[in-house]
Amino acid sequence: MSAGTLASARIGVLTFPGTLDDRDAARAVRLAGGEPVSLWHADGDLHGVDAVVLPGGFSYGDYLRAGAISRFAPAMDAVVDAAKGGMPVLGICNGFQVLTEAHLLPGSMVKNDHLHFVCREQVLTVENASTAWTNRYTAGQQITIPLKNQDGQFVADERTLDELEATGRVVFRYTGWNPNGSRRDIAGITNERGNVVGLMPHPEHAVEAGFGPANEAGPRAGTDGLTFFTSVLASLVHA
Amino acid sequence: MGRVVVEVMPKPEILDPQGKAVVGALPRLGFTQFTGVRQGKRFELEVEGDVTPEVLAAAQQAAETLLSNPIIEDVVRVADAATDAAGTPAAGGVA
Repeated sequence: MSAGTLASARIGVLTFPGTLDDRDAARAVRLAGGEPVSLWHADGDLHGVDAVVLPGGFSYGDYLRAGAISRFAPAMDAVVDAAKGGMPVLGICNGFQVLTEAHLLPGSMVKNDHLHFVCREQVLTVENASTAWTNRYTAGQQITIPLKNQDGQFVADERTLDELEATGRVVFRYTGWNPNGSRRDIAGITNERGNVVGLMPHPEHAVEAGFGPANEAGPRAGTDGLTFFTSVLASLVHA
Repeated sequence: MGRVVVEVMPKPEILDPQGKAVVGALPRLGFTQFTGVRQGKRFELEVEGDVTPEVLAAAQQAAETLLSNPIIEDVVRVADAATDAAGTPAAGGVA
């Protein structure tokens, strides 16, 4: 798309049976200045969107493995094709799990090492500020966004982890506390091209003062997650 | 009606938090002899008619693509439930 059409950037939000956070994701897109477009798992047409968000939730009840059944939805065939063509795709929580099951991102998520569901405000360090979804952050910046999951422990073999580190594909690291036993404190990763990003914490829940995590301005004042969505709009303008 | 059994286990190098929780609970019931537990999954796939080599091959393929995630799990058994015969050589080694 050309410069000056920022407001008309259309960001698809894909809903599966059991998705929970699609409306928050759509709202985040709108607050960032984009136009959210609802996409349905059974529809193999992405309706010409410029980017796609796979939101959090418990698609198919996490049956079999988190994200395992959603990965085979007709809409996912289209998402995989579009992602391979360079379209920005963001997977949040269950959406991240779907992206690993679809092999768009390496590794996998297993149950939290302590077996408990976690819901907290989590500090992350931005390790890579050049992806389609993080280009408005600065490398080394610390952000606080909510985290809430049961199967959030990121695992991969040592060779994959070394490769992720060596190629700058670790996008976010848990800071202060590793909430789930994730290897090397990894909270989010990207593909080689930097257009596909997945993370367990929830940027879409920290986009509006009054509803986000606490920060120095007071309780619920945090809006650190909004930058994901302004970043993708910026990347689309400059694409 | 035939039935194929598929068993999937977490890879040895992946910490199995559920197995760890179970092994922690066993001593509370007096089972002190079990030093480790790993928890896997068993699937029973039903087919019309007999479990042919083709059915076992398809089950093996289903096991590797949908029923397991090769990054965190191994398919340890694909077998005809009736005869308990092993499926493809890949599964036969552990059946």
